[in-house]
Amino acid sequence: MAKHNILIVEDSPTMRQLIIFSLKRIGDCNLVEASDGVDGWKKLSGQEFDLILTDINMPVMDGLKLVSLIRNDEKKQEIPIIIITTEGAEEDKRRGLALGANDYIAKPIQSHTLLNVVKKYIN
Amino acid sequence: MEENKIGSNLENVKGEEFLQIFYKGAEFTKELMAENEKLRFKILQLEEAGKTGSTDPNLQAELQNLESKIQSLKEDKERLLQRHKEVEQENKDFADRYLEVEEENNNLANLYIASHQLHSTLDYKEVLRIILEIVINLVGAETFGIMLLDEKHNEMVTVAAEGIEPQEIANIKIGNGKVGEVAAQGESFFAEDLNREGIDLNNPVACVPLKIKEDVIGLLVIYTLLTQKESFKNIDFELFNLLAGHAATAIYSAKLYSLSERKLSTIQGFLGLLSETPQAQA
Repeated sequence: MAKHNILIVEDSPTMRQLIIFSLKRIGDCNLVEASDGVDGWKKLSGQEFDLILTDINMPVMDGLKLVSLIRNDEKKQEIPIIIITTEGAEEDKRRGLALGANDYIAKPIQSHTLLNVVKKYIN
Repeated sequence: MEENKIGSNLENVKGEEFLQIFYKGAEFTKELMAENEKLRFKILQLEEAGKTGSTDPNLQAELQNLESKIQSLKEDKERLLQRHKEVEQENKDFADRYLEVEEENNNLANLYIASHQLHSTLDYKEVLRIILEIVINLVGAETFGIMLLDEKHNEMVTVAAEGIEPQEIANIKIGNGKVGEVAAQGESFFAEDLNREGIDLNNPVACVPLKIKEDVIGLLVIYTLLTQKESFKNIDFELFNLLAGHAATAIYSAKLYSLSERKLSTIQGFLGLLSETPQAQA
C-alpha cells in the first residue's frame, strides 16, 4: 500500500504533536509539519501531498489565505483540505468551505474526531 | 299403417334406451350404497380405535417420533434464542468497552502531549506559551490567564493571558474573592453555568491552583470558553489535574533555570574580570 503524504500546517507545536500522535494510528502515513502558511506553501511546492490539515489562525499567512492559494493552483487544487478552527465554528466553517476547503474540525480537537475526518479522505 | 308401425318401432327403441339408462342408474346406486356401507364400517372402526387408543402400530410410532422431533426442535429454538440474546449482550458490552477504551486512549493522547510539551523546555517564556496552547487547543478556553504568587506582597499576579491583556487583570490578594479563595485553599473551582456573555474577572468559569506538593505557586483562571464548547468533559478535568501539578513544576523549574543562568552569567563575567586583571597589571 502506498504511503499517504499528509501536510500539517499549524503554528502551535502542541497541536502539531497531538495531530501527529493521533494520525500515527492510521499507519502508512508520511506526516510533514509546517509552522505557518508560508512554510506550508513552501513544502507544498517541493512535494506532493494527499491531504492537508491547516489551522486558520496563524502568523505570517493564515489558513484561509493558504486554502485560497491552493485552490487557485492547477497542480494542487484537487488536494483535500481540512481546516482547523478556534473561533466561532459556523463562521470559520462557512469561510473555509467557501474558499474550497473540504471539511473542518473545531478546537478543542479530540483524537477520534480527527481520525474519523481524516479517514474520509485517505481511505 | 306403415307410419303407425314406424312410430311404434321408434317408441320401442326409446323405451329400450330408457330401460338401459335406468338399469345403469340402479346398478350405480347399488354400488354407491355398497361403498357407503363400507365407509360407515370404516368410520365405526376408526371411532372405536380412537376410543380405545389402538391404531396402526407403524402410524402410532411415526406420530410419536414426529411429536418428539417437534419438541426437540422447540427446545433447540429456545436454546438458540437464548444464546442469541447472550451474544447480542456480549457484542453490546464489547462495543461499550471499545468506546470506553477509545475514549481513554484519546484522553491519554492529550495528556501525553500536554505532559511532553510542558517538560520539553526550561525556558520560562516558552513554558508559559505551552500552557497557553494547551488550554486553548486541548481544553477549548477562549479567555484565561496564568497567575503566579508574589510572595512579597502575598498576591497573585497575571504573567500570561489569552483573549485579554495581562495588564487588564488586576492582582488578587490571597483569600479575596473566588480566585483568592482558591489560592488560599488550594482547591479547584468550576462554575455550574459555563455559558456567559462577556468577561467577569471576579467570577471565572474555572480556577485551578498550580501546586507543588501542597504549596500553591500559581493559578489558571478561565473566564470564557470557545463558543462551540458547551461544557467541561472528563478529559478537561484530567487536563486540569495534570496542569495543577505538571505546569507548576515546569514553571518552577524554568524559573530556577533562569535564575541559575543569570547567576552563572554573572559569575562568568566576574571570573572574566579576574582573569583580565593580571594581564592589565603586567
